[in-house]
Amino acid sequence: MTSTQQKPKTYANDVCMSLENVTISYGNFEAVRNVYIDIPHGQVTAFIGPSGCGKSTVLRALNRMNDLIPGCHLKGRVIFDNYDLYEPHVDPVEVRRRIGMVFQKPNPFPKTIYENIAFGARINGYRGDMDELVERSLRKAAVWDECKDKLQESGLALSGGQQQRLCIARAIATEPEVILMDEPCSALDPISTLKIEETMHELKRSYTIVIVTHNMQQAVRVADMTAFFNAEAVEGGSGKVGYLVEFSETERIFNAPAQQSTQDYVSGRFG
Amino acid sequence: MTTDSSNDAFTLRRRPPLERFLDTGFRQLTLALASVVALLLLGIFLTIAEGAHEAIGTFGAGFLVSSAWDPVNNQYGALVAIYGTMVSSLLALAIAVPLGVGTAIFITEDLIPTRLRSAIGLMVELLAAIPSVVLGLWAIFVMEPAIRPALELLHRLLGWTPFFDTIPQGPGMAPAILILVVMILPIITAISRDALNQVPLELRQAAYGIGSTRWGAIFNIILPAAISAIVGGVMLSLGRAMGETMAVTMIIGNSLNFSFSLLAPGNTISAMLANQFGEASGIQVSALMYAALVLMVLTFIVNVLAQMLVRRFSLRY
Ligand SMILES: Nc1ncnc2c1ncn2[C@@H]1O[C@H](COP(=O)(O)OP(=O)(O)O)[C@@H](O)[C@H]1O
Ligand SMILES: [Mg+2]
Repeated sequence: MTSTQQKPKTYANDVCMSLENVTISYGNFEAVRNVYIDIPHGQVTAFIGPSGCGKSTVLRALNRMNDLIPGCHLKGRVIFDNYDLYEPHVDPVEVRRRIGMVFQKPNPFPKTIYENIAFGARINGYRGDMDELVERSLRKAAVWDECKDKLQESGLALSGGQQQRLCIARAIATEPEVILMDEPCSALDPISTLKIEETMHELKRSYTIVIVTHNMQQAVRVADMTAFFNAEAVEGGSGKVGYLVEFSETERIFNAPAQQSTQDYVSGRFG
Repeated sequence: MTTDSSNDAFTLRRRPPLERFLDTGFRQLTLALASVVALLLLGIFLTIAEGAHEAIGTFGAGFLVSSAWDPVNNQYGALVAIYGTMVSSLLALAIAVPLGVGTAIFITEDLIPTRLRSAIGLMVELLAAIPSVVLGLWAIFVMEPAIRPALELLHRLLGWTPFFDTIPQGPGMAPAILILVVMILPIITAISRDALNQVPLELRQAAYGIGSTRWGAIFNIILPAAISAIVGGVMLSLGRAMGETMAVTMIIGNSLNFSFSLLAPGNTISAMLANQFGEASGIQVSALMYAALVLMVLTFIVNVLAQMLVRRFSLRY
C-alpha cells in the first residue's frame, strides 16, 4: 500500500482541497483508510476504482454529507480554504453551501423548474434578480434551451438527462467554489452523458470539480487528475477496506501508472 | 373480454381456463370487498337519515341554532352539543397536531440518539393502548384536580372574554379537550412518523446538498413531501375526537345549557348520544338521530376541506 508522494509540482501552490490521512468508518467498519489527496484548483479530478472501494464515501467526506449517515466517522483532516472542515466549530451547512453536490440518481425537488433553482439561491441569501440567475444557471448547465418554455412545470417532468443537468444548475445557482459529482451519468444514456461531459468542460473554468465515475473512458475524457482506489481484505476485518492506490495526472494513470494494480485495472485485467 | 380470432399470435397459445378464471375471479372479489365499505357507509347514513326524518320535519334547520334540549316539553335543539363537538375536537387538534408532528420530527430526523428515539416511540404507542374509560377515570380523579389551579389562573387573567368567564368547578370543556389530546396524540405521532420515514433519502440529500439548514430542509422539503399522509392521520384522529364518547362523557359535565366558556361544563354530540339514547323515546330518539346526522355531515365537510388544503401545499414526488 502506498500513498501519493509523487504529487505534481505544477499544482503544488494551487491546491483547492487536501485530504490528510483520512480514514472513514461506518460504525466499527473501516470503509477507507489513510487517504492523502491534494485536489487542484480549477481542474477536474476523477475518482475511479472497483465498486465498494470507498469512492463515494471519500467524496461525501469533502462536503460533510456523511454527517447525515448515523455512525459514520472520519479521522484525519480535510483542508479547504485553510480550515479543517471537521473542526468542531465548522458549520456543515456553510461547508455545503461552498461545496455543492450532484448525486448519482437525478433528484430534482418535486417543485417547478424555476423553483428548483430559486430555492437554493434564496436560502443562500441571494438578493439579485432571480429570473436572471435562473436563466444563467440553466445556461451554464446546458439545459436552458430545453427548459426555457416550461419553467413553471415540475422538474420531475423532464427526462433523466435533463433532470441531472437541472440538478447541476441547482448546484451552480448556490454559487459554490467546488462541485462534487457522484457518478452523475450512471443513470443516463450516452447522448445525455456527452452533454454533461461538455457541461463539465465549461464549468471547470469557474469551479473545481471532483467526479466519481465507474466509466474509465469518461475519466480520460473529462479529468485532469485521477485517483485510483482499490479495496483489499484485511486480517481480522469484517469486509474489504478501501485505500488510495495512486493519484496523478490522468494521462499518467492511464498510460504509465506507477502501480501494477492500476495498470491491471485500467487495462481491464483484474487480479 | 372478447378475443380476436384472426390474430393468431394471441390465440395459438391460450392461457389455461383455470388461470383466467382465477384472474377475473380475483378482480371481482376485490371489487366486492371494496364495495362493502361504501355500502356500509351508505347504509349507516340512510338508517340515520330515516331515524332523523321526524325530527327534521318538526324542528327543521332551527335545530342547529337552538340550544333548547327539553324532553319534558319535547323541544329539541342541538346547538350546545354542536358547539361542544366543534370546539372540543378542533382545539384538541390545535394542541395535538403541533405536539404530535413535532414528536414525529424529533424521532425521525436524527436529532437524538437512536435508543432514546425508540423509547419515545414505544411510549407513544403504549399511550394508544389505554382504554378510554381508564383515561376518563384518570381525568376525573387526577388530571382535572391537577390542572384546576391553572384553569383558575386563566379565569383570573382572561375572565373578561366570553371563553373564560366562568369559574372552573370540576368537569368541563377544558379537561375534556385535554383528554382528547391524550387520545389522539398517538395516532398523529405514529402516522406522521411513518410519513416522514417514507420521504426518500434522495430528497433529503438534495435539500442538505444545496446547503439547507436542518430546519430549512424539514420545513421546506421533508414536511411538504410528507404532508398528505400526515393530514390523512390528522383526519383519522379528528374522526376519533369527534366520535369519542366514554372519556368525554365522564369529564365534560354533560351540560344542556349553552355557554361559550371553556371552563364551564359542556356537551358533545357523541357524549349526548351515549348518555340519552338508552332512556329516550318518541321524538327524542329522532332528535338524537338528527344530531348524529349533523355529526356525520360535519365530519364529511371537514374531510373535504382538509383534502383541498393538502392539494395546495403538498409536494408530490
Ligand atoms: N451508509 C452506509 N452504511 C454502512 N456502510 C456503508 C454505507 N455506505 C457505504 N458503505 C460501505 O462502505 C464501503 C464503500 O462504499 P462506497 O463509498 O459506496 O463505495 P463506492 O462508491 O466506491 O462503490 C462499502 O463496503 C460499503 O458497503
Ligand atoms: Mg459509489
